[in-house]
Amino acid sequence: MGHLISAAVTIVLGVALAGAYFYAANKILDIIWPPRGPALQAARNQKISATIRPWLFLGPAMLFLGLYLVYPVVDSIRLSFFGRDGVNFVGFSNYVWAANDQQFRESIFNNILWLIVVPAFSTAFGLVIAYLTDRIWWGNIAKSMVFMPMAISFIGASVIWKFIYDYRGADSPQIGLLNAIVQLFGGTPQAWITVPFWNNFFLMVILVWIQTGFAMVILSAALRGVPEETIEAATIDGAKGRHIFFYIMVPQIWPTIAVVWTTITITVLKVFDIVIAMTNGQWNTQVLANMMYDWMFRGGGDFGRGATIAVVIMLAVVPIMVWNIRRLNAEQAEH
Amino acid sequence: MARMRRRKGVWGKYMVHLSVVLIVVVWTVPTFGILVSSFRGKDEISVSGWWTALTTSEHNVIGRAKSPSDAVEQDGKYVISGNLLNGKGYVTAFGVRIINPTEFKAGDTAELPGGGGTLTINRDGSYRLVSDTPFEGSTGRRIYYTAALPPSFTLANYEKVLTSEGIGQSFLNSLTVAVPATVIPILIAAYAAYALAWMRFPGRALLLAVIVGLLVVPLQMSLIPLLKLYNGIGDIFGVPAKTYLGIWLAHTGFGLPLAIYLLRNYIAGLPTEIMESARVDGATDFEIFVRIVLPLSVPALASFAIFQFLWVWNDLLVAIVFLGNTEQQLVLTGRLRELLGSRGGDWEILTTSAFVSILVPLIVFFSLQRYLVRGLLAGSVKGG
Repeated sequence: MGHLISAAVTIVLGVALAGAYFYAANKILDIIWPPRGPALQAARNQKISATIRPWLFLGPAMLFLGLYLVYPVVDSIRLSFFGRDGVNFVGFSNYVWAANDQQFRESIFNNILWLIVVPAFSTAFGLVIAYLTDRIWWGNIAKSMVFMPMAISFIGASVIWKFIYDYRGADSPQIGLLNAIVQLFGGTPQAWITVPFWNNFFLMVILVWIQTGFAMVILSAALRGVPEETIEAATIDGAKGRHIFFYIMVPQIWPTIAVVWTTITITVLKVFDIVIAMTNGQWNTQVLANMMYDWMFRGGGDFGRGATIAVVIMLAVVPIMVWNIRRLNAEQAEH
Repeated sequence: MARMRRRKGVWGKYMVHLSVVLIVVVWTVPTFGILVSSFRGKDEISVSGWWTALTTSEHNVIGRAKSPSDAVEQDGKYVISGNLLNGKGYVTAFGVRIINPTEFKAGDTAELPGGGGTLTINRDGSYRLVSDTPFEGSTGRRIYYTAALPPSFTLANYEKVLTSEGIGQSFLNSLTVAVPATVIPILIAAYAAYALAWMRFPGRALLLAVIVGLLVVPLQMSLIPLLKLYNGIGDIFGVPAKTYLGIWLAHTGFGLPLAIYLLRNYIAGLPTEIMESARVDGATDFEIFVRIVLPLSVPALASFAIFQFLWVWNDLLVAIVFLGNTEQQLVLTGRLRELLGSRGGDWEILTTSAFVSILVPLIVFFSLQRYLVRGLLAGSVKGG
């Protein structure tokens, strides 16, 4: 309870501090370079203020971004060339270690699987569900239900799905939904998450379950943006529902599909909670993010190898980052 | 021909409804499963699937009759009577041998093996052991029976996880982390967003590009350097490295790119005329921001606040790196992970804990869904 009070105090203090900073900074600016007095002086003062003011507004944000994101990125790259304690320069030996490490290779393989399967299925399901729900009167309720897992933590979702995958000996009643269904159809119950290779897919299901709602919401808005006339024209020309969907609507929303796909890709690259909760990387389910966490604390922490794995994740993100920035620039140029 | 086409149209419509129903079922059943399970007793969860919770379930039970000393003499016979059930459910079958526990139907009279008398068990659970000779031994006879129990629900799991499993404390810890970590970034981001949207200064485009770039930087890149930094600060000043202040600031830093990006997009879209006329009236940037921009941006602020709150509440990685795992610092996600390790098969604990942990996000989600959708659209659909 005590720290809840300190949290409340922090909120009040934080907001007050932020408010006071901006107010005071602004006041000080006005005092040093008052926008009054002789016309020439005032004009010059105003110009100086106008040059400084944006940086006062941006100051706190830049401080945070610098300390919590920019500096760590640089430092992680630096640390990836150092030993476990971050003191001894070791050149590329962390990368050489990674390239030869069995678990690292397994993680890369699994990450690639995740990167293909999760964005593909989430986007495809999202698109189909968006299309179908736009066609029925209770579509919004249905959308809400599919969207709901977005609010659930990865770890909560892991508990939910671990319960579904639960396995009991073949002669006792199955309390996991999946095994109960398998049994109903005459199959043999399995401990699903311990079956190498295929268990990866059982883990991916969880992320697809969560991300489909996101894809659906965005793609639904995009589908609604497809001009009515195009669809009407196609209908008059005799196109059927399925054809309209695949040949008229989908091509028009390609840019949005790409955005959804890349956004989910970023999420997939960072997937950690699901793996640590379901298998902790056992039974050949290791992924980079979980391996990185593992090395960060293993035996007191190997910062060099941990940072190396982080850099590998970062490298995978860079193309998307560049693409996003290009898109931004194109957009800015339009305005 | 026309009629055929219409019939196909109706059928297609019907198929759409049907497939959406199927999708909704697939998407909600998993969560529904833990909700139902969280209200079931430990014994019920471990012997039957949660989908049977609403039906009467049959259990094979080994009971024990009262001890021979409770026997009474009636009409020259020795009788032990009592009830196996406490008024809950009914008996469907019973047996006198362990190898055949459902040999007799309720109401039948069975010969005890070895000629020791007879046993009758009625549907209501009342039983009667009758023998010509006195019963021997000190403990009661074993009775095998099948009981059909009506569905029963309990709040005991919630009571247990909130108190003895520490979920209650973790709930407060999560709240402690999430609320300041949601509020602090908003003001900082709003000022920066205003500057990026409406002020002219050299390097603006570059700064915006940097922020868009930072949007996708994996958290993993920040962990080790910041952990080193926090440990260093802790050592130098002799303070603990894992503090609430530390995690609030960390979440603020990690949340800022999205906050600035979302708010900038929104603020840049505000009508130019309002800004211009305010400026003509002699308002400074500070005044414009506080009096005009901030009030007009409430929808965008709300969108970001919801994102950030859900993200912080649901975060596991930042919490386990920057907070300790003591009773006073373990958040819900961290606790859930520990329970998965220590209480692996105790589904009554796990399902209940999981449900408590997703309760707040679900409430936020269902009550503020509109803002969430708006924020998602503003944050992702660009250029398209």
